[in-house]
Amino acid sequence: MAQHQVNYASAAGLPIALTSVDKLVNWGRSNSLWPLTYGLACCAIEMMASGASRYDFDRMGTIFRASPRQADVMILAGTLSKKHSEFARRLYDQMTEPKWVISMGSCANTGGMFNTYATVQGVDRIIPVDIYLPGCAPRPETLQYALMMLQKKIRRESANMNNNTKNNLRLV
Amino acid sequence: MRKYVPKDNVQGKSYYTDRYWVAPRVPRMEVEAGSHFADAVKALGKLVKESYIEIGQLVVHIDPTQNVEVMRILKETCGYTQCSEQSAVDYLAQDGEFELFYQLLNITEAKRVRVHCRIKKGEAIESTTPLFKSSNFAEREMFDMFGIKVNNHPFLKRILMPDDWEGHPLLKTYPMIGDEFASWYEVDKIFGKEYRDVIGPENRDPSRIDRYDTKRFSRVGYEVPFDADISSGEKEQAIEYSETVLVDYTTSSKQLDERR
Repeated sequence: MAQHQVNYASAAGLPIALTSVDKLVNWGRSNSLWPLTYGLACCAIEMMASGASRYDFDRMGTIFRASPRQADVMILAGTLSKKHSEFARRLYDQMTEPKWVISMGSCANTGGMFNTYATVQGVDRIIPVDIYLPGCAPRPETLQYALMMLQKKIRRESANMNNNTKNNLRLV
Repeated sequence: MRKYVPKDNVQGKSYYTDRYWVAPRVPRMEVEAGSHFADAVKALGKLVKESYIEIGQLVVHIDPTQNVEVMRILKETCGYTQCSEQSAVDYLAQDGEFELFYQLLNITEAKRVRVHCRIKKGEAIESTTPLFKSSNFAEREMFDMFGIKVNNHPFLKRILMPDDWEGHPLLKTYPMIGDEFASWYEVDKIFGKEYRDVIGPENRDPSRIDRYDTKRFSRVGYEVPFDADISSGEKEQAIEYSETVLVDYTTSSKQLDERR
């Protein structure tokens, strides 16, 4: 357990808690991750279940938004077809910084079982991905875990997004 | 020189087929005199080139230039008011032809008729949209998938693939994983052709593991920090097991107390 004690030595004897801007900003960012309501295929069903009362994303500060302008996270839930890839990228571009991407399920990660002409073979070909979530389809618990991993990742990052490098350096 | 591989049929095939397997043929029966189907064949008259019964359905072979005429007679005289499916089959490698079929349904009699006709590559077919509303989308799909042009169609445009797509995916000459245009489609469209080098080709091997990728792959027994460079090899680490995992909580509560 974390000990919530004020270190009087570092706070010059004052009863105040000191923190860094990074920690404060990341505390805010990581605890109010608003994903874009963006279901592409059957993974969307699991995503909806995660948002509904049984698994309850709301208690983690995660509230689905219907507009990319209000969203922080893009959960790509399902098969991304080549015809739709243009629009997925446009929605990603419309989201305001800072923004993160969870690639949910095998299809979004690698194209999955759709080794065909019409499916994007991994959404990281067009969008920089932060968390790859395996499964076909991943259960709601898995999506919750992915979100918690994303929170951890955000807490590790700098508040200045320019200092953060994406795993996927090919795309911006 | 590289050996020539025929490209008539480059679509995916099963890995193993029994060489002694003979596909069972569906028996074809004569149209019984006096039946509902016999009336339909009689109504069509000389338009029918061949007719027989297959699994309780009437199959009619016609000339492709007379398709609207045949469909009109079937609809207006014989009561086949629904066109439930219409498409084509690629027999280009075999016969140099497409086989077009129309599946019609008579609701009052609960009978079905399949109308077949064959057209050469590059030939167009007359639209049946004035007779059946469902032909609108079916003919667009046929155009999209096979490139078969339909004359007098109200809105002949691709229906499934994007408008700027090249190629017709259901042709047997079209590879299952797509041609070059298909494999770069999203990159070309979003970023432009010059971005191909940055993104790289598609990975079609689902089990591919990058030996030196320390971001996406864990290495049990050879753990390294995230994103470490291991091109010169990594050190073996002893695998540590938790000692508290095998605590038997069921038989003795004493251990629990000790832990506290």
